[in-house]
Amino acid sequence: MQGVGPAVCLGNDIDTDVIIAGRYLRTKDRSVWAEHAFEDLDPTLAGRLSGAVIVAGRNMGCGSSREQAVVALREAGVVGVVAPSFARIFFRNAVNVGLPVIEATVACIDGAHVAFDLDAGWVEVDGERYPARQLSPKMVAILRAGGLAPYWRACR
Amino acid sequence: MSTLSERILGAPAGTYVDREVDIAFAHDGTGLLTREALREMEVERLAHPERLRLVFDHIVPANTGMTATLQAELRGYARSSGIELSDAGGGICHQVMSEGVVRPGMIVVGADSHTCTLGALGAFATGMGATDMAAIWASGATWFRVPETIAVRLSGRLDGAAEPKDVALAYVAKLGMEGATYRALEFVGDGAAGISMDGRLTLSNMAVETGAKAGIFYADGVTVRYLAEYGVTASPQTPEDCRYEREVDIDLSGIVPLVAVPPRVDTVREAEEVAGTHLDQVLVGTCTNGRYEDLARFARIVRGRKVAVRTLVVPASRTVLSRAIASGVLADIVDAGCMVAPPGCGPCLGAHAGVLGEGEVCLSTANRNFKNRMGVGGDIYLSSVATAAASALAGEIAVPEAV
Repeated sequence: MQGVGPAVCLGNDIDTDVIIAGRYLRTKDRSVWAEHAFEDLDPTLAGRLSGAVIVAGRNMGCGSSREQAVVALREAGVVGVVAPSFARIFFRNAVNVGLPVIEATVACIDGAHVAFDLDAGWVEVDGERYPARQLSPKMVAILRAGGLAPYWRACR
Repeated sequence: MSTLSERILGAPAGTYVDREVDIAFAHDGTGLLTREALREMEVERLAHPERLRLVFDHIVPANTGMTATLQAELRGYARSSGIELSDAGGGICHQVMSEGVVRPGMIVVGADSHTCTLGALGAFATGMGATDMAAIWASGATWFRVPETIAVRLSGRLDGAAEPKDVALAYVAKLGMEGATYRALEFVGDGAAGISMDGRLTLSNMAVETGAKAGIFYADGVTVRYLAEYGVTASPQTPEDCRYEREVDIDLSGIVPLVAVPPRVDTVREAEEVAGTHLDQVLVGTCTNGRYEDLARFARIVRGRKVAVRTLVVPASRTVLSRAIASGVLADIVDAGCMVAPPGCGPCLGAHAGVLGEGEVCLSTANRNFKNRMGVGGDIYLSSVATAAASALAGEIAVPEAV
């Protein structure tokens, strides 16, 4: 699985409350989550997510198990999320909704050209290549299917 | 020789395994997404409805027409699919599950990050998202990566005004917000035996604040006696000599009242250092500190006096509430001028009741103080119940007296 896009850089310990605040959870309308993503961090951020690769700091997605956080990013058009480490529930959730997550430590500035290849295990930032941690075969299969629901339907 | 996680999951750390899940539950928030995922997966029959639970706790009773409609839909689904529902008023999922449902040695998955709470009972209990939950409901199983384990070694006994919550804040501060990511915590050492089940649930509850997937106590006499109260027979688990990735030592006798200052749970100060901080609200409750011992401790301190700041007390379950009524603890709390809300998660996540306004400051016994979590522009300090009680009486953060 590959992806490319301009970098949107974030800091360490980005929590799921910051990704999508609790006050927006009670709806089935997924566009609401995309629209309000990162609202409390930077209200302009949601508008820059389409086609972008998020490059976050350590412990990305810590906090609650709310799957709305990864759905918000996917619905906003995020191509993938790169971080040196992820909170594990966020990591599983991302794979389950078909949002590529890449565990890698990279040097990056906003707008840099980011490319990744999950199968080959690397991330490139403005041409500089960094190794990425390999996902388990099952996680790769789920991502390749577009998430756990399509994977499930195909495996039945 | 294995850690308890390795023993329960039946494989060495680092291995990926597929395992049947003994208990799998979701709440009114994540249950809705679980239902959606099942629809998307085109699942018609659930593998083991008798192992599943739905617990309405996040927004109870419903606050808007939209919430009520979504809850009604989920209620209908529980009925038609044979899932046992703990409806609004029953309590917080982790507390309800601790009251005779979860047993030592079980594999438990909840669609809520604080499912690690149930590790207090000697179970491997971890949180997952709604789609993972849907797959478990459909198949009865899921995959796990068997975690490496960090030992939190407890020695001595709590002294003075310190309580299990202060120990939790102490280990979170030592490990940091990602100090145990992908790992399990095991609470071991001579000091563990002296901590009650309510206290253990508080300690296990905060494991996820260090990134851990589980926070486990070995079942012992305390566990066996606790479960017997709910009519459940359980046996102790004997620790084996095993290899921990890392050990963190905590001398309980050296613990003093602590406070986590906003917006990070691992920025912990002695209560003394932040004493005098103005408060607009005090919250006592949540899956961290809404148990009977917590309410009783709070009542002991405020009895016969009046709180000086708006104070909200939320029992963790109907069982807790009922006990607090029967023992007179609840009357002491109400007479001291506190509000009592129905059992649930309530204000902790800022979705319902007790929401903070711009610039307001809350001292809470919960587990998270992320920016804006209880309301936009509000600041959250986290503390023990005793510190919350002393502070409610003072109207500002105050150090509790030794009891």
